[in-house]
Amino acid sequence: MRSSGSARLGGDSDRWERHFAVATATRASTVTLFIAIPAIVVLAALPVFASRVLLQELFYVFTMLALAQLWNLLAGSAGLISVGQQAFVGMGAYALFAFTVVTNLDPILSIVLAGAVAGLVAVPAALIVFRLRGAYFAIGTWVVAEVCRLILAQVKQLGGGTGTSLPPEVASSIIGLDFVRNLFAVRGPAARDILSYWLALILAVGAFLLVYRLLRSRHGLALSAIGDSEIAAESTGVDVFRTKLFIYVATAAVTGMVGALIFLQKARISPDAAFSLIDWTAYVIFIVVIGGIGTMEGPIIGVVIFYLLQYYLAALGSWYLMLLGALAIILMLFAPSGVWGLISRFYDISPFPVRRRLIVPVGKSAHEKESAP
Amino acid sequence: MLGWIDTLLQGILLGGLYSLYATGLSVIFGIMRLVNLAHGDLIVLAAFLMLALVAAGVPIVLALAIVLPLMFALGYALQSLMLNRALGRNILPPLLITFGLSIIVQNGLLETFSADTRFLNVGPLQGASLRLGGGIAIGVMPLICLVAAITVILLLNGVFYRTPLGRAFRATSDDVEIAQLMGINNKAIYAITMGIALAVCAVAGFFLGARANFDPSIGPARLLYAFEAVIIGGLGSLWGTLAGGIVVGVAQTVGAHIDPEWQILSGHVAFLIVLVIRPRGLFPRAVD
Repeated sequence: MRSSGSARLGGDSDRWERHFAVATATRASTVTLFIAIPAIVVLAALPVFASRVLLQELFYVFTMLALAQLWNLLAGSAGLISVGQQAFVGMGAYALFAFTVVTNLDPILSIVLAGAVAGLVAVPAALIVFRLRGAYFAIGTWVVAEVCRLILAQVKQLGGGTGTSLPPEVASSIIGLDFVRNLFAVRGPAARDILSYWLALILAVGAFLLVYRLLRSRHGLALSAIGDSEIAAESTGVDVFRTKLFIYVATAAVTGMVGALIFLQKARISPDAAFSLIDWTAYVIFIVVIGGIGTMEGPIIGVVIFYLLQYYLAALGSWYLMLLGALAIILMLFAPSGVWGLISRFYDISPFPVRRRLIVPVGKSAHEKESAP
Repeated sequence: MLGWIDTLLQGILLGGLYSLYATGLSVIFGIMRLVNLAHGDLIVLAAFLMLALVAAGVPIVLALAIVLPLMFALGYALQSLMLNRALGRNILPPLLITFGLSIIVQNGLLETFSADTRFLNVGPLQGASLRLGGGIAIGVMPLICLVAAITVILLLNGVFYRTPLGRAFRATSDDVEIAQLMGINNKAIYAITMGIALAVCAVAGFFLGARANFDPSIGPARLLYAFEAVIIGGLGSLWGTLAGGIVVGVAQTVGAHIDPEWQILSGHVAFLIVLVIRPRGLFPRAVD
């Protein structure tokens, strides 16, 4: 991405005119493109030779990665530190159950609609919690999530406080299931895992591209201006409120789709599981923070570290959670920019650049210096 | 009609407890614009510490007298060793440190004391009640709790408005840079502030355990009630925080009176309604 322009330095003399360009692409980002596309193709083809267990594990990794990218956009770029994203995971999940169980819609169509529901819930929620600033905004989002949980615990058609299961006929009616079954010559449950895996891959890549494109667009520029100073951003014509609202609602919608997919795979829902602070917000924050908040690379590194910790230590139960808490504290005290922050301190690489770099042709400016009176 | 009066009275008494939860949070925010996400868990921690002391044969009042300075010391250490290092323009580090602390305290209590529900035995006062006539009775413990909440606020206001230390607190709250220029060590002030907030948590923990059952998982809900009381009351005013606590308490008992399942939800909804109509709370004093 490159846009060019010219600036007059020093008034009336044309000789002082310099041409510059603003670029977001780097050499590393071009290399990334050549690595990322084949990598995604390989991941898409993985069901051909991978075991069911591996696909299920990767399903978890992809959904957590998607949630992490979305929280990172919200907190890292827009400065909206939410500890209430479980509201939208849960709303999306419950919307999926409502659409499939109560109105018999197709699950994949329901996932999309669940995203719309989560986005719709986010609008009034935003109008209320945006009245709170900073850290109080964070707890405000938590209250909203609690309200959603308590309301859905009252809905008897969806199992009330104890929850409900997805009827087997819903899970076996997904569009494309027969196609997958014939393609891989597998049984229903295995075919469902493959389909869920693909959907998770699509959502993870989709969420990534959404955030990436957004940050490289003019909205991204507006966001970094807001991050530096809201007042200055407002005075240069950035509509701070609308930009934040847009980010909050868009994030909620995609978070809702991810939530719907997670609980389609789980096939069982309860208010406590769907609106879990630990599962859908604490873990997600941990992933983003350990990887490096405010960068595209951070959540990817973070999800790998988190998965390894989870894989080897989750059996420790509450000791595992205490360890995560302690790690988060140590990180905030000694390396608040995360693992990617440490890496980029030593190596100036940026595979997914979102920063704008000013490029001024060196030769020309040297020439101008000579000709200056 | 009498049923409603009773509900209202119980709500006001419950508000006393919520105000105790909220006072510490209000003080911390007022002086250093910090939000402690572990606040609720620290209240539960104090209750468990008293429980352990009582189990070791210490009388309950003495247990409170021991835990109170202990919590002050914990707060002082927490602020000077950790949070002071993370204060700055970016609000994320302190927020996440306290979030991590919340998870550590919660799971540490779970490991140490199991998930069983407990209560603090305060002797003959436990179930005692005063008859007000017309079939309305109020519990003695809840009444003492409300009186304690008011006493704590009187004490804190006394410190803030009548002592040299209080002047330093208010100066730091108004403008850190200028306060520093006047020779105030703001980090020491912050550490004392956190100490005071956690000492109030100890009192809150005492009444939490004396009034109702508790277990390691209930901290976050206490944090939310406390937060709602602070916002409803308006930032910067401890009397406002008391009023906010009473609003949440009354909303909860009224909700429970209509349908027991609505108790918690109605408290949250009352908070959201206040936020829509009066975003700065009922009695705002501070800006931001």
